[in-house]
Amino acid sequence: MSKLKKITGMNLFLPVFCMILVMLVNVIFDIANGNFAFNFFTISLRNGMLYGRLIDILNRGSEIAILAIGMTLVVSASAGTDISVGSVMSLAASFCCMLLAGYGVASTSELAMPLIIGVLGGILMGCVCGAFNGFLVAYLNVQPMVATLILFSAARAIGLLLCNNLIVYVRNDSFGFFGGFLGPIPTPIVIAALCILVMSLLLRYTALGLYVQSVGINKKASRIAGINSAKIIFLCYIVCGLCAGIAGIVASSRITSADSNNIGLNFELDAILAVALGGNSLGGGKFRLAGSIIGAYTIQAITTTLYALGVSTEQAPVYKAIVVILIVTIQAPPFKAFVKRLSAKRELTKGGAAA
Amino acid sequence: MKRKIVSVLMCASMTAALFAGCGGSSDTAADAPANDAAADKAEDKADDAAADDAAADDAAADDAAADDAAADDAAAGGSDGGTITIGFAQVGHESDWRTASTKSCQDVFSTENGYDLQFVDCDNDAAAQIEAVRGFIQQAVDYIIIDPIVSTGWDTVLTECEDAGIPVIVIDRTIDDSDKYVSWVGSNFKTEGLAAGEWLKAYAAEKGISEINALVIEGSTGASATLGRTEGFKEIADANGWTILDSQTGDFTEAGGQEVMESYCKSYEGKFNVVVCQNDNEAFGAMTAMKNAGVEYGVGKDVIVISFDACTAGLEKVMSGDINADFECNPLAAPDVEKVIQTLESGGTPEKEIYMTEHWYVNEDILSSITVDGQEQPLTVVTQEIIDAQY
Repeated sequence: MSKLKKITGMNLFLPVFCMILVMLVNVIFDIANGNFAFNFFTISLRNGMLYGRLIDILNRGSEIAILAIGMTLVVSASAGTDISVGSVMSLAASFCCMLLAGYGVASTSELAMPLIIGVLGGILMGCVCGAFNGFLVAYLNVQPMVATLILFSAARAIGLLLCNNLIVYVRNDSFGFFGGFLGPIPTPIVIAALCILVMSLLLRYTALGLYVQSVGINKKASRIAGINSAKIIFLCYIVCGLCAGIAGIVASSRITSADSNNIGLNFELDAILAVALGGNSLGGGKFRLAGSIIGAYTIQAITTTLYALGVSTEQAPVYKAIVVILIVTIQAPPFKAFVKRLSAKRELTKGGAAA
Repeated sequence: MKRKIVSVLMCASMTAALFAGCGGSSDTAADAPANDAAADKAEDKADDAAADDAAADDAAADDAAADDAAADDAAAGGSDGGTITIGFAQVGHESDWRTASTKSCQDVFSTENGYDLQFVDCDNDAAAQIEAVRGFIQQAVDYIIIDPIVSTGWDTVLTECEDAGIPVIVIDRTIDDSDKYVSWVGSNFKTEGLAAGEWLKAYAAEKGISEINALVIEGSTGASATLGRTEGFKEIADANGWTILDSQTGDFTEAGGQEVMESYCKSYEGKFNVVVCQNDNEAFGAMTAMKNAGVEYGVGKDVIVISFDACTAGLEKVMSGDINADFECNPLAAPDVEKVIQTLESGGTPEKEIYMTEHWYVNEDILSSITVDGQEQPLTVVTQEIIDAQY
């Protein structure tokens, strides 16, 4: 009993619990269909590459996970969300492909520039967008939603201009690497893992995490305590832009083209949802990065599960909504309190019976 | 040179109008308001000499000279008697297909061809499109072309067009809640779906494939192209007892096609032999996913790939044998629209619904034609020339 309590009392218990719950649906489905019960979880090597639904979840969830890192910091520090990340992804991808293909070229298999310049250019573009957002929020005190609304609508259009209103195809294997395979492992998984690793090391071994939280809890008090609040917020937005840039490159590399209209479409909402599913308050302050990451993969797990179950496309959004409602409800404080009261009551009756 | 021909034609029509009487000539003048000065002069002269045919001919000859001079002078001004002003409210610029559609209009309705095209890119904003149409009414253009972003909410603005006496031609997408337009020019998506089915039937018979297990990657949910292509293919599939294992949306994007196919490969491992992608981008994504999963696809392999749209990149894949057949969705509506305008100019009534000619592209030269809806339609084997000529 105490062991169970210890586990349920752990910080990340609920987000993890929800993810497992989502995946359990597949076990039930497989059993009902007479398949091997853990079909969903089987990982095998195919063509020398890892193959399986779990790999799909990790692979396809990479972009959202990378975005969730930046989004967590932004939410925590400024108590607002960056709704421009999806558009910034598209802009970074467009800029990268424009550099690689040359302006006005619609399709190429030869790189006009070294790969590294294109990729760094795209990521840098993400940082610039982040800096723009950060400047508006941190120094001009514009509300985050409003400030990022500018790039939300503009970035995609700028990307289209850069690409001369075309889908730019860079059909080059070296560019496809970022969305392809690194040995047997899909590269996006590696990139996401690296991003998560770097950020968690930064949070653990520097005071950054503490600063971000304190600014998020009380901006004024933090400033009086000697923390440059504006600078911290500015920094968080740059990191968010950086993450969007990286995610943009991954998304574009997957399809070896810059599809400005569709890359990162509605990803900002998934990123915000990931932060929320991870048990973080959108009101800012304390945050758990791990929660957001788990949230991101939970979202992808839902999508992959719906594919696996063969739910018809018209109905899929409804199921997704139901799952999200359930997860949010389970994590809501009133619900938690209710469960606690319930178990306390049971304990009491049990205690009474023993006496 | 074209200007000269136009002005000569104008003179000829004026002379003809003289014989017909003054009522006719005022019509001509109304058609050519930009050339008022020359026309008025000609008319004055004509009125003066109305009794004398020879004099009238002289006047017409004079007018021809004057008109020529005027045309040359007016070259800088940009408008002469034959110019037809057209307002075109385009959806946006979201895909290669759309870009080709826009370019087709700009090429056909060029200044050289005697048109003045007012092009408005509405950026997928339905409200902006209605405003654009109102703008055209204000400018008193001769014709309005609309590619409607949404299919409803058009009755008011189309009534305004009708009141202003401006004919409206709808292209590509449809308008459902009003019939106050002259013609609609576009693709028949259901025919495309039927053609895909008929081709598969003939191809399977030719290759001795007895069992068809198809996976469909649909386009965006609710889009007319998705509905038509799904319906058409399903009709043939049901009639022939094929199994459609699954049908999910890839949103017309490469990433969407990739993700859906990745899942299909796991759910239906070794159970499918046909993949139908409802546009080329989805097909590209699906092929990447199948490659990663080690599924052999394309001409002469385990899985037959069928795609729609037939853009340049898609045809390249047909030629290389990765896609077995690609069913065109013709974006070049402008030539058909021009025919409608010419019919209207000459006082005729064009048909209400005009379906564009579309090609069915294949890799192998084993079938020459298929019968779609009782009509025999040719299959085109893709060559480099066809790819170069495609949009």
